Amino acid sequence: MKQSPNSQCLIPYILFLADSTLILSHRNSEWCGHGPILEQDIALTNIALDLLGQSRNFYQYAAELINEQQNLQDVKVPPSEGFREASEDSLAYLRNERDFKNLLLVELPNGDWGQTILKQFYFSTYQLYLFQQLQNHSNQQLAAIAAKAIKEVMYHIRWSSEWVIRLGDGTEESNERMTNAVEALKDYTNEMFIAADYEVEMAIDLKLIQQQWTEKVKTVFEEATLSLPEKVFNQTGGKRGIHTEHLGYILAEMQHLQRAYPNAEW
Amino acid sequence: MEVQDFVQKNSLGEKLFQQKIDTETKIEPKDWMPDAYRKTNIRQISQHAHSEVVGMLPEGNWITRAPSLKRKAILLAKVQDEAGHGLYLYSAAETLGISRDEMIEQLLTGKAKYSSIFNYPTLTWADMGAIGWLVDGAAILNQVMLCRTSYGPYARAMVRICKEESFHQRQGFEILLVLSKGTPEQKAMCQDAINRWWWPSLMMFGPRDSESTNSDQSMQWKIKRKTNDELRQQFVDMCVEQVKVLGMTLPDKDLQWNEQRGHYDFGEINWNEFRNVVKGNGPCNKQRLNARKKAHEDGAWVRAAAMAHAKKKAENVKQNAA
Ligand SMILES: [Fe+2]
Ligand SMILES: [Fe+2]
Repeated sequence: MKQSPNSQCLIPYILFLADSTLILSHRNSEWCGHGPILEQDIALTNIALDLLGQSRNFYQYAAELINEQQNLQDVKVPPSEGFREASEDSLAYLRNERDFKNLLLVELPNGDWGQTILKQFYFSTYQLYLFQQLQNHSNQQLAAIAAKAIKEVMYHIRWSSEWVIRLGDGTEESNERMTNAVEALKDYTNEMFIAADYEVEMAIDLKLIQQQWTEKVKTVFEEATLSLPEKVFNQTGGKRGIHTEHLGYILAEMQHLQRAYPNAEW
Repeated sequence: MEVQDFVQKNSLGEKLFQQKIDTETKIEPKDWMPDAYRKTNIRQISQHAHSEVVGMLPEGNWITRAPSLKRKAILLAKVQDEAGHGLYLYSAAETLGISRDEMIEQLLTGKAKYSSIFNYPTLTWADMGAIGWLVDGAAILNQVMLCRTSYGPYARAMVRICKEESFHQRQGFEILLVLSKGTPEQKAMCQDAINRWWWPSLMMFGPRDSESTNSDQSMQWKIKRKTNDELRQQFVDMCVEQVKVLGMTLPDKDLQWNEQRGHYDFGEINWNEFRNVVKGNGPCNKQRLNARKKAHEDGAWVRAAAMAHAKKKAENVKQNAA
């Protein structure tokens, strides 16, 4: 089957989308049962569930493509020991740190509620503008997944931006905490807009996304009485599998059972 | 109001109240009710709400380690459901004139209790199955009964909750079913979890009827409709059949069908352990309460900011209107 664009780029790109949503879902799920307000505990868990659902769609599609290729025997696939063929679980549970392609932003520790919210706001805003392009992509399956996710993402933006505003324009302490959050995350946002090799082929206009993203962040920050960060240094590498030290621990925890009991079904 | 009028009005209220109880009409928030009835309901509903919220912790412990993406999604949704149950129940208790803040305060200071079952640790993935099957299973029997409890808001909250609980139980059983057909290690994991959760689950129904201090009055007021021992027996009878499907056993050598009673006989609960866990000496009492305290304290600045922001917004609206 002919893929457009070619699957040498398509597969890693889909894995990049899958990994980023899964790892952020993982981080959000760490809050479950520990949130500051019961209603907000539920809301953040909801987002974790949505992101998990998105990641499963991406993994399933990637697995499909990998299995097609495996039949052609011309491509090295991610390790799938214990799985006869690639599946959402083999891709999530049996790849190593260097194979994961998620953004560094999403693997950072949660920090306080403010930092968690800001990270979510940054990522959801990026997702919205990215998915708006992807839903018209020549690859129909990718377009369909993106189109389906947009509604969720819009809700995530609304929820997280409202919290950014509430906390930025709340008390002195909350404003200070948000200012610290902006500082803590500032070097990790531009990775979203810097294309990896496999991304170039996807013909996504990252410049446009960056513009739209910056515009939205500016508007929300204004209402939140927060200032945009100055002197940003771009930390990158996630898309190529060069991560922070945090990812290894996430995977050790997440993959523990699949690694400890190879070939078991759950 | 003259004292005489007050007494008359009260006794009229009491008559109406008793009439409602007798005719199975729900008591509603605005109705007159005896003080003790109000207090008992507040105690029971808030304790129930706290149990849902504290109950998020032992299962939350495995969300990041769930062994497949599907299991992770199911577990996340389940724990989220429990938070929702907590919300319904806090709202039901609030109709009796206590605020959620007060209730949480009582939980964190140890004045209010929650179900002791959540003071046991979740050690393996199989515990997610055992909790769903046994703990949610035991909770359901209690909650199905409470769908007919006499206080309206409590009964209605229970109807909503029961639907979700039966999902939880089925999902838990399914986790165990897969393990029971798995590798030798998985089978062992499954049996071990059943062994550890069985007796604490039986304790969930509370002390024996002969020892229960709150039971009599609660039965008369139709807050409770079955006794602790009745519910416990129902649970045992149900589980003995279900465990066969798993090809596992329940850890009780005295378990035996009693033809005469038409029920299974079962062994003696370790009441010493029961009392100890209630008193705060279970394996996880401190961890659970500390986790709730930490969440509450860490969240204080967030709640303060949300209030401050809401106030600013309200003031802006006023100014703009002026
Ligand atoms: Fe529940
Ligand atoms: Fe439940």
